[in-house]
This record gives sequence, structure tokens and C-alpha cells, in this order.
Amino acid sequence: MSTSALVMMIGTMSVVISATAYFFVKVLRAPSRPEPDSYTDNDPKD
Amino acid sequence: MAEKEAWGSRVGLILAMAGNAVGLGNFLRFPVQAINNGGGAFIIPYLTCFLLMGIPLLWIEWSSGRFGGKSGHHSAPFILNSLDPKRSFWKYLGVFGIFTNIAVAAYYCYIESWTMSYMMHSLAGTFRDMNQIQVANFFGQYVDVMQTTTGIPFEAVLFFVFCIVLNTFILSKGLSGVERMAKIGMPLLILFGVILAIRGLTLGTSGASLEHPDASAIAGINFLWTPQYDSLLNPKVWLAAAGQVFFTLSLGMGSIQCYASYIRSKDDIALNAASAGFMNEFVEVVLGSSIVIPIAAGYLGLDWVKENAGFGMAFQTMPYLFNNWGPVLATLAGFMWFGLLFFAGITSSLAMGTPWMAFMRDEFNWSQQKGAWSFGAIVLVLGLPTVLFFQQGVFDEYDYWAGTVSLVVFALVESILFAWVFGMDRGWKEINSGGDIQVPKIYRFIIKFITPVLLLFVFIGALLTPLGNNWLAAKTSLLSGNGWPLDNASIIRQISNSGLREQIAAATDPQIISNLNDKLLYISGARILLLALFIGISVLVYIAHHKRTQKTA
Repeated sequence: MSTSALVMMIGTMSVVISATAYFFVKVLRAPSRPEPDSYTDNDPKD
Repeated sequence: MAEKEAWGSRVGLILAMAGNAVGLGNFLRFPVQAINNGGGAFIIPYLTCFLLMGIPLLWIEWSSGRFGGKSGHHSAPFILNSLDPKRSFWKYLGVFGIFTNIAVAAYYCYIESWTMSYMMHSLAGTFRDMNQIQVANFFGQYVDVMQTTTGIPFEAVLFFVFCIVLNTFILSKGLSGVERMAKIGMPLLILFGVILAIRGLTLGTSGASLEHPDASAIAGINFLWTPQYDSLLNPKVWLAAAGQVFFTLSLGMGSIQCYASYIRSKDDIALNAASAGFMNEFVEVVLGSSIVIPIAAGYLGLDWVKENAGFGMAFQTMPYLFNNWGPVLATLAGFMWFGLLFFAGITSSLAMGTPWMAFMRDEFNWSQQKGAWSFGAIVLVLGLPTVLFFQQGVFDEYDYWAGTVSLVVFALVESILFAWVFGMDRGWKEINSGGDIQVPKIYRFIIKFITPVLLLFVFIGALLTPLGNNWLAAKTSLLSGNGWPLDNASIIRQISNSGLREQIAAATDPQIISNLNDKLLYISGARILLLALFIGISVLVYIAHHKRTQKTA
């Protein structure tokens, strides 16, 4: 396998795997929000 | 208004959204596009388009969906209308957001039924003693409804009907059914994908045989990833990359808006959309590039892959290749491969059912069951011609108009509406409202200018595809006063069926001429069905609009 192909494959896969893991872990670690009773109750008051 | 629905959990929502995006194209279309468009260099325009068009459109669709949901709108016609309530024509453009889903589901469920059938055949060991040609012919027999591979008459039709019933049953359980399916299907899909990808990446040259002495999985991977940098200057490559990003993320369908409309108004969309988008990219770039091409090149050689790379490899080649792993592993691999495709398919087809159900529920107070079963009935009626007349081109006709052209048109409409009519001030606030991440400010500029221009580029590229997809030659021809030579694949020439008419004009055998004329007839029939569906939904939107007007009067 050529070096350029190897670099391209490993580089791309690393970026995609890292970004996927980063965002998904961030989702899992995000604090949960209080459950609203309805959309209206949850809307910001103008 | 009917009782409100909501997602049970955040992870469930992301898996459902990612499942909506992940489809057969992730495993079959992406590697073929990469091979045909510069190998490893394809990833540069691909990721560029993902960042400039894919992610921005995801944020547009998620935020406009959540915005519509606040006013109780869960389907594209009234979600679009809520972004600009003064102009009622948006809701008729929003018809695309229901039409596309139903029309695509009509033929998509057929592909999904193939995966179910092939899973069963893999477990039953049907392919065990077949050679390469027999496995390829098996597919031809399967899609010919007059033949049977199991002894059951009209087998393909039965599997198709069963697939629709299964989809309808899950849909009748509402969002909780969809979420449960995504929570089971997506992890299994990723698990099966990782196992097969590891096998693909480690196959090496062990698959070489007397018949294919040069077979090498490494050669396949090398060919797929070696960058041909000169291809970056070719507009065809950029158009292919933009098209791939667009279709892989299920953009322009209206299903993302529908799912997002059930998100609570203070909940995040910026992070959720990015997470679902990158999950799709993981499946496509990491898993999609590591299964079909390496395994096929590992047993059949790179030259075979170059000549035969395409959608059909999934069904016509893979079962034969798995036979090289011995009876037990072949059965397992076949089950995992078609199971993976099945989960990719069903999580997408379920998303296609929700816009119709949401529309009928919002506007006509239909129950979940009524909405789901009516969706199943419409898909059955619309889909049967794709099963019965598959060889006559009905399937391809649906795929072209509903699964390709409609998506681009609708995405273009929604990006202009969001960025220019709803306005970027409100749009930006909507995207970031409740966000667990701060979207980089550069995206304000990208969403307003770059994304619509890229979409216009994709649309014009499809409308005016030059002969042989050779943009440089077409440009030279235009500048030298010889006009723009259109390819038969361009929208303009597709409308007039130029390719088929040329084939009829060139044919001399009366039987072939008769067959081609029949095909023309079936294609016209398919178009009439699609048009009837679009008009039917437009009439329902008109009635719903009048009902709302009367209520407020």
C-alpha cells in the first residue's frame, strides 16, 4: 500500500472517528434539562 | 389538536436521526463514488461539501423543524409556512416534504425486502454451493416476479408486502416505536459493520486463487485511498462529492424537520445535529470504505472491481465472496451483511412514514394507527408497480424523480426560505437556542451564502449535465460556439426520454423496438403515478389550509 494512500486513509478515518466520538461523548455528558409539561410552558416569555 | 408526542431520550433521537441518514448508499454508493472520482482525493471535496453544505443544511432542517413544532406543526408544508406565514405558497412547496418520503418509501421498501429475503437465504444456506455466476443470476431470478427461489409463488411481492406491514406496524406505535427500532438497529448495524470492516481490512492477499491470482484486499484499499490530486480541478468530482454528501444525510426530504418538530423548544439542536451528522459520516467513511471494495478486490482482484463496482455488488457478489470463509462463517457473514443493510434500510424507511402521519394527525386529527396504515396502503399501491415492472424501469423512474431531483429542489427552497426570508438574524438565534455547543460564527455567512450557492451548483449540474459528464469538454464546446452538449442523464433530456428514444431509433430488431416502446409506456405510467401523488397531497394541503382559515375566522 502506498504511503500517500495510507496517510490519506488513516488521516481521514482518525478525523471522522475523533469528531464522531467527540460530539457523541458531549451529548452523553450534557446535563439533562427539566422535563417541560408542554411546548407552551417551555417557551421563553417575551 | 391531537395529543402531543415527544422523543423519549436524547440518545434515542440522535440514533433515530442517524438511522434516518444511514442507508444502503453509505456502504454501496460512497466507495464507488470515491473510486470513480479521484480515489483518496475524493475525500477532500467530500469533507469540504460536508462542512459547507451538509452540516449547515442539517442545522437548517433541525431548527426549522423545532421552530414549526412550537406552533404544533410537524410536517413540511406547515413548518415551511410557519417560517413565512404571510405567503401561503410555501406550504405548497412544502408538499415535496411529504411527497418525496412516500414516493421514495414505495421503492425503498422493495430494496429493504431484498435484504430481508437475502438474510433468510443466507441463514438457509441457499448460496452455499453457488458459483459467482449462479449468485449473480439468483438476483435476476428474484426480481423477476414470475420466478421463485423458494417455491413460494410471487416471492418478491410477498417479501415486499411483509416489509411494508412490518414498517407500518412499527410506525403505528408512534415515535416510541421508531425510537426503539433505532436503539436496537443502529448499534447492531455498527457492530456488524465493524466486524465486516475488520475482516475487509485484514484480508490481505489470503483470498487469491488460481482463477484470480492477483486478488488483494490491500490493492483495493490502496486504489480507494490513493489521492489523484489532479481530479480536484474537475467540476465533475466536486459535483459528485456534493451529491454524495447531500444524499447520504437524507437532506431535502422533510423527514428531518418532522423528527425535529418533536424536540422540546428549549432543547439543543446544534450539538444533536452535529452528532447525528458525524455518526452518519463514521458509518459511511470508516465502515463503508472498508467492506465491499476490500473484500471484492481480495477475492476477485482490483480489475474486476474497477469494471463491476456498483450497487449490484451487494446482492450479486457478496454472498459468493462470503462462501470463501467456510459454511459457518459464510452464513454468519451473510446474515450480518444483509442484516446491516436491513437495519440501514428500515431506520430510513420509518423516517419516511412520519411526515405523512404527522400531517394527517395535525390537520385531520387522524390517530397514529390510521396514519400508519394509510401510509402502508399508499406505499403498497405506489410500490407494487416497482415490484411488478422492475425490469421495465419503473423503479429507476421513481428513484430519479422522487429520490434525486425532488430532494435538491426542496433543499434549495428551504435554504433560501430559512436564510433569506425567515432571515439569518432569527435563523441564527433559532439554531443556537438551547445549544450545548456554540456554532462557529463563520457558519452564519456559510448558511446565508455558500450553502444556497452550492445547492444551486448541484441543481444546475443535474439540470445541464454535459455529455459524458465531461465539464471541461462542454466548456470548450460552448466557448467555440458549438453549444453545450447535454448528456442523456441531464434533467432536461430525462424529461423528454432522449436516451430511450435514441435507443428506439437505433434498434432494428422489431422485438427490441417493441420492448423499448413498452418501457416508454411504463415510464410514462410511473410519472403519472408520481404526479397524481403530488397533486393529491397538494389538494390535502389546500383543504387543511381552508380548515385552518375557517377556524381562525
